[in-house]
Amino acid sequence: MKSQNIVTTTLPALSIGQTGRVVQLHTRRPVDQRLLALGLMPGMLVRLVRTAPLGDPIEVEFQNQNVSLRKAEAESVEVELLPATPPSSGA
Amino acid sequence: MDAASPQDAHSPRIALIGNPNTGKSTLFNALTGLRQRVGNYPGVTVSKKSGALILPGGVRAELIDLPGLYSLAAASLDERVVIDVLCGHLSGTPVPDAIVCVVDSTNLLRNLFLASQVAELGIPMMLVLNQVDVSRKFGVQIDTAKLSERLGGIPVVAASAWHGEGIPEVRAAIATLLEKKTRMPRIAWHACVQEALDILRSGLERAGAHPLPVPELQRVLFDTTTPVLDRIQCDAHAVERIVAAARECIRRGGFNPFAAEPVLHYERLKHVLDGVATTRTDGAHTFTQRLDRILLNRVLGTFIFFVSMTAVFASVFWLAAIPQGWIETGIGWLGNTAEKWLEGSPILQSLVTKGVIDGVGAFMSFLPQILILFFFVAVLEDSGYMARAAFLMDKLFSWCGLNGKCFVPMLSGYACAIPSVMATRTIEDPKSRLATIFIIPFMSCSARLPVYSLMIGAFLVPKIGTLNGGLVMVAMYLLGLIVAIPTAWVFTRFILKTRSQPFVLEMPRYQVPKPRDVLLRMAQSGWEFVRRAGTIIFAITIIVWALLYFPHADEVALSTKKTFVAERAKDAGKKVEEIEAILEKATREEFIAGQVKQTGKKAEEIEAALEKATREGFIEEKAKETGKAPEEIEEALEADGGDPKKNKLAAALKQHIALAAALEAHIEPAASLEKQTEAAFVEHSYLGRFGKLLQPVFDPAGFDWKITIGVLASFPAREVIVSTLGITYSLGGEADEESDDLKKAMAESVWTSGPRIGKPIFTIPVVFGIMAFFALCSQCGATLATITKEAGWRWAVASFFYMTSLAWVIAVLCYQVGNLF
Ligand SMILES: Nc1nc2c(ncn2[C@@H]2O[C@H](COP(=O)(O)OP(=O)(O)O)[C@@H](O)[C@H]2O)c(=O)[nH]1
Ligand SMILES: [Mg+2]
Repeated sequence: MKSQNIVTTTLPALSIGQTGRVVQLHTRRPVDQRLLALGLMPGMLVRLVRTAPLGDPIEVEFQNQNVSLRKAEAESVEVELLPATPPSSGA
Repeated sequence: MDAASPQDAHSPRIALIGNPNTGKSTLFNALTGLRQRVGNYPGVTVSKKSGALILPGGVRAELIDLPGLYSLAAASLDERVVIDVLCGHLSGTPVPDAIVCVVDSTNLLRNLFLASQVAELGIPMMLVLNQVDVSRKFGVQIDTAKLSERLGGIPVVAASAWHGEGIPEVRAAIATLLEKKTRMPRIAWHACVQEALDILRSGLERAGAHPLPVPELQRVLFDTTTPVLDRIQCDAHAVERIVAAARECIRRGGFNPFAAEPVLHYERLKHVLDGVATTRTDGAHTFTQRLDRILLNRVLGTFIFFVSMTAVFASVFWLAAIPQGWIETGIGWLGNTAEKWLEGSPILQSLVTKGVIDGVGAFMSFLPQILILFFFVAVLEDSGYMARAAFLMDKLFSWCGLNGKCFVPMLSGYACAIPSVMATRTIEDPKSRLATIFIIPFMSCSARLPVYSLMIGAFLVPKIGTLNGGLVMVAMYLLGLIVAIPTAWVFTRFILKTRSQPFVLEMPRYQVPKPRDVLLRMAQSGWEFVRRAGTIIFAITIIVWALLYFPHADEVALSTKKTFVAERAKDAGKKVEEIEAILEKATREEFIAGQVKQTGKKAEEIEAALEKATREGFIEEKAKETGKAPEEIEEALEADGGDPKKNKLAAALKQHIALAAALEAHIEPAASLEKQTEAAFVEHSYLGRFGKLLQPVFDPAGFDWKITIGVLASFPAREVIVSTLGITYSLGGEADEESDDLKKAMAESVWTSGPRIGKPIFTIPVVFGIMAFFALCSQCGATLATITKEAGWRWAVASFFYMTSLAWVIAVLCYQVGNLF
């Protein structure tokens, strides 16, 4: 992997409409277990669709599904930036 | 039929599993029709639905609808129940003979993860690829034959439960499955997982644990916490060490032990699905996306949200009042009829009218609210908007341990707690759900309104004006919320020890709700309420009736009469015997007889005249006479301030209704005595005596024995306080919060003993204390019955004591602090 020019950030830090590829996520909390069960795992593309009017939670799209989750819980998902395109199916 | 046929031993049991929202319940309904039973799993509040399924060939099978879940990792109670059912750990529910896994055909990969996990259990299984109508629209093509072949030949049926498509095929496939017992092949685990499972098994065996089947060993290995460990009775530290060693083995194989399971299953499934399903062309998705752009928009979305929630609230609050009015009229008519019928036997009369009929009325009157709220809940959920509402509101609730799904039940709590507690079923997280159930009764429901109206109208408006009175009313409505929020915070943080479910919410596709589903949901919730809570409410009403009626000693009536007659005699300067004679004759019949003698008219004529001797009767008659509209007559009556001295028409009216006034004056002594007797019976009933005994408890809040009796009598339903006060103030139970007589009687009442003798009872601090008490106290048997049903009796008891003691503390504070000024 070309490790120098990969920019990584966290899922809630994506700007709206931006797509990222999951690099890693925590695995021990129930929320991580749930995300894994839904198919959010390293290598997947995930897009930040919107934030709620009050600023939290956020809505993300991955694997052809839209899911709402709280920022604090999404913080642990580390993504590398991709151009803003809708995700096709996972990698 | 052959006597040894297997269905004689037991009919086959088939479990429906699948992710949430895939259509399990819809399929369940399509397969069983209305042959279903709804209950709870023993010891937990997860609802259990089972129904009879008739297979081709007439074999009867039992179909079980299980709660939806994404994974076998048992994070929530629902998920635990599913695993326990599938493993046969629940007493009385043996392992199912076959599993029907319902899969959303628009998202096969994610849905098959659960199937692949469940395959480890080795139970015969088939797949229903549901919602093919939608996936077809999305352009997804699925080769079911190929999928079946890749999954070891298990039946795979494409269906659309909602449209009834593929249902006969599902039925036939279930029959085949029961016969052939095909199983979905287990995943070929990576060597490191195999090794880890071996380490775990042998380690636990050596530590002396119960031997565990492989699927449960996997739960111990893969899950951060698991209920399986609670069962194996083995030194926790030893187990921890063994599990750590097994996980280390997975790590050496290059996997994260907590992610290995989904990663490996997903990898397997990608191969399974390769060439089986075409990926969707995303065109059809855009309807939901476009709608979300509006409905989740910062400004427009928030606005639409508030408009729709206002509509929900207004309907539960006002719309429900209309059928409630009908029910009340019906119950009132029934009561009057029964009263006449049972004239001869006073106990039976009172039991039937005040106990049975009022008891039925008490829970019947909740039905309109339940049906209306569940209409909206069904529409909101089925359309997909509920998840959006939760998304919009979550931030407001998350800081106190709740989540966005708590909004609708809390809002409707302002109309009535009963349907709202039932509606908490839409909250998946059991912790937020319990906390919400706990705080809903604090929301100021419509039954509190009469208490506020009476107190504010009688004591505050005369002193501080209508506007400030209105502000106090608003404050009373906020009080419950002010108490509820910290309660929820403390409750979720310190009292409920279970972990919160993560708030990960799928945003479903929008769709038009099906009227049939909505009606079914309404009917089911209404019926469940009548069946489960209805009996409790009925029983409470009867018990309170008995406590207020008995012992009903004749001496009470006799001594009341004696005092009454003596008082009247003294006031009028007449002899006791004279008063008694007047009382004897103070009946309607005697009055009519007297009129007959005086005027020479027939009794029937007098009756008819009496019937019409009202303002309405007068207006009607005049309208007929003059040919004018009733409104014009009404106006003419109001002219000159309606003063009979200046207004001729008003003078005529006065004459017209003089007969009715004369009747009233004639029967007044008997009517007054009757009301006083009623008051005396209540005072001397078991509840009345208990109230007097308990008065010292409420003394620090400034409540006298009459208020105390009122408080006690209104534990089953807080709104009865007004009629109870009416009775204890000798005005009869018909007095309502608008009654000027009641307001006057209360304002004039003074302490008759003790240090405050001669001082008024209803001072401003007492009035505030009473309102706060009624705002916070747990005075609704129906709510407690509903909480018992939804969360178990322990929570109902906790709710009762918490609310009641808090109400007492606040009422005492009002009085004590108020008296400092
Ligand atoms: N378009 C479509 N919608 C369906 C179908 N089956 C169920 N639904 C809808 O999907 C939603 C979830 O269904 P439900 O039976 O409650 O799912 P459960 O959570 O798995 O029990 C409901 O709004 C149903 O009306 C189907 O075959 N086609
Ligand atoms: Mg269901």
